Amino acid sequence: MVETDAHEVLIENLTFRYPDGHVALQGVSLQVARGERIALVGPNGAGKSTLMLHLNGILHGDGKVCVAGLDVSGASDGVLRRVRAAVGLVFQNPDDQLFSPTVFDDVAFGPLYMELPPDEVHQRVARALAWVGMEAYARRVSHHLSTGEKKRIAIATVLSMDPRLLALDEPSAGLDPRARRSLIELLSTLPQTLIISTHDLRLVQELCPRTAILDTGRLVVDGSTEGILADEALLRAHGLERP
Amino acid sequence: MHFHFLDTYRPGESVLHALDSRVKFILTVAFILAVALTPTGAWPVYVLLLALVVAAVVAAELGVTYALKRALVALPFALAALPSLFTLPGTGLFSLPIGPWTLTATQPGLQRLLSVMLKSWISMQAAVLLTATTQFPDLLVAMRSIRVPRLLVAIFGLMWRYLFVLVDEAIRLMRARDARSGSPTGRGGRTAWWRARVTGGMAGNLFLRGYERGERIYAAMAARGYDGEVRTFPLPPLDTVQVLVLIGGLFSLGVLTLLGIWVW
Repeated sequence: MVETDAHEVLIENLTFRYPDGHVALQGVSLQVARGERIALVGPNGAGKSTLMLHLNGILHGDGKVCVAGLDVSGASDGVLRRVRAAVGLVFQNPDDQLFSPTVFDDVAFGPLYMELPPDEVHQRVARALAWVGMEAYARRVSHHLSTGEKKRIAIATVLSMDPRLLALDEPSAGLDPRARRSLIELLSTLPQTLIISTHDLRLVQELCPRTAILDTGRLVVDGSTEGILADEALLRAHGLERP
Repeated sequence: MHFHFLDTYRPGESVLHALDSRVKFILTVAFILAVALTPTGAWPVYVLLLALVVAAVVAAELGVTYALKRALVALPFALAALPSLFTLPGTGLFSLPIGPWTLTATQPGLQRLLSVMLKSWISMQAAVLLTATTQFPDLLVAMRSIRVPRLLVAIFGLMWRYLFVLVDEAIRLMRARDARSGSPTGRGGRTAWWRARVTGGMAGNLFLRGYERGERIYAAMAARGYDGEVRTFPLPPLDTVQVLVLIGGLFSLGVLTLLGIWVW
């Protein structure tokens, strides 16, 4: 196993092809330092979500992927378990993420599979729900919640696993301005390394000092958010718009 | 709180709402068993059982007619007992000539048919009451407590969770179709065959969406460590009051059933 503690994420020359032959990622290399907040932007179908799914070994491409000091590519089940505990993946649609009958069951799912004792699971659920301000919702049923509430709880479902890194796919999609604002405030309080895939460049401006643009499976630009958002020609070339 | 029209749970503060779901579940199953075991034509016992379930509905603060009406949905299934009206031997009541045959209804046949319909109606009321006073997640806990296989309980849970999502999706699809089904002359709609094809396409679309959602849910589960094994919390023990309610309920139902078998 390669120990790469200097980087939270180290991706080298990653290529991924879907079974139908569509090439979603082509030679992507990316390094993210511990505690960093980085935005992945780019048009639909650029490969952002595919890249996120590589971070904890849901998908396996050709190339090297190391996360939290663990080599994900070709990892054994034991290593995959550790990777999945270290990386909290928040999916775009909270209805996919919240699959349990109650909010409590959903937030407890990760800790239960980490085989923690019941007391500790309860503590972690309480802590994660308190973090996202949803303590009163533990007994509630997911389909009775609003999209904003579901998003917060989706984040709690991974916070309860105590991850070092959070990867969020389109966190602000479908939220009304108030829910979006409170989500941005919530994300800004999180100490974890953040990787946010989004179209919401104003959110990027507020949260992420660093931005990477992905287009047709290639990482085209990687640099400071300030510089990238100021370059109107660059943004337009990749289907983006200045906030 | 937003309630889905498919959700049968009615929130409340009654004694029955507060009763542990395991006690309610076991008592409901025992009640249905007692109804099933009561012999044909034991009318006084039917009245007692009906009174019992109506009393429970009233205690649950749902209104007297709540379960009476909702339980009627199952009546068409009781019509499966219709042939017994003609097949049981006994005193003839009336005859129906059907072509070359004649069907003769008998008194025992009528008694059997009415008993089956009444029994299914009373049983359904108990089920309606259970689902109206118990949240579905608590029902899943109850199923686990009587050793229903964990995988099956997990499947029920997922089914219930995504039933609402799927129905909402179907409603959106139908709205989209209706919104584009206009015509400047007020007529149109083409042929029934064409409309059937559109509906078939919608069903296929819904299936594909469901399938893709399944893939995404699996990814979300795997991302949080799911390995094919269903893991759950240990169940908390029942307190003394709940145990007493359970024993008392089971005892009364047993007495009622025996009464039905021996006395009538």
